[in-house]
Amino acid sequence: MLFYSFFKSLVGKDVVVELKNDLSICGTLHSVDQYLNIKLSDISVIDSEKYPHMLSVKNCFIRGSVVRYVQLPADEVDTQLLQDAARKEATVSTR
Amino acid sequence: MASGLENYVNQTVSVITSDGRNFIGTLKGFDQTINIILDESHERVFSSTSGVAQVVLGLHIIRGDNVAIVGQIDESIDSRLDLGNIKAEPLGPMVH
Repeated sequence: MLFYSFFKSLVGKDVVVELKNDLSICGTLHSVDQYLNIKLSDISVIDSEKYPHMLSVKNCFIRGSVVRYVQLPADEVDTQLLQDAARKEATVSTR
Repeated sequence: MASGLENYVNQTVSVITSDGRNFIGTLKGFDQTINIILDESHERVFSSTSGVAQVVLGLHIIRGDNVAIVGQIDESIDSRLDLGNIKAEPLGPMVH
């Protein structure tokens, strides 16, 4: 639930999602769900010459299971807060 | 928050599967595991020699395990694409 809440706080921000087939998609985070499925709006594929497969797609839904990384600008994330929350979640889950 | 596919139902979508294939069709239904019902579907096969579309079956179910991306197709852009001239390597499979 922690990362679901974390991503909810980032809705509206621009992110780059790197998938497990090496495709990277830049877009505005539209929504996220409990499986960390991601919906991006106004997407642009990084290296679109190599990957013209999504030229006609402006909005897309990405299944959480195929995400390798979600790249975020550092100034959008309070790393201290995230670290503290993760530590708390870790102690709760090991009880 | 439910980032669902409800908004895409009855629209033309591009489904990219975990083996790197691209299916275009009308999204008729889906469920929590992202099993997809795709109507009037065809597969767009990209190759470094030419971009070709094949017509597959009209109605297909794609099991959610194999779905990677469901993209909403903008018809105004798609109709202007010159598929015969697009050359690209096919997408790779998902490596977990």
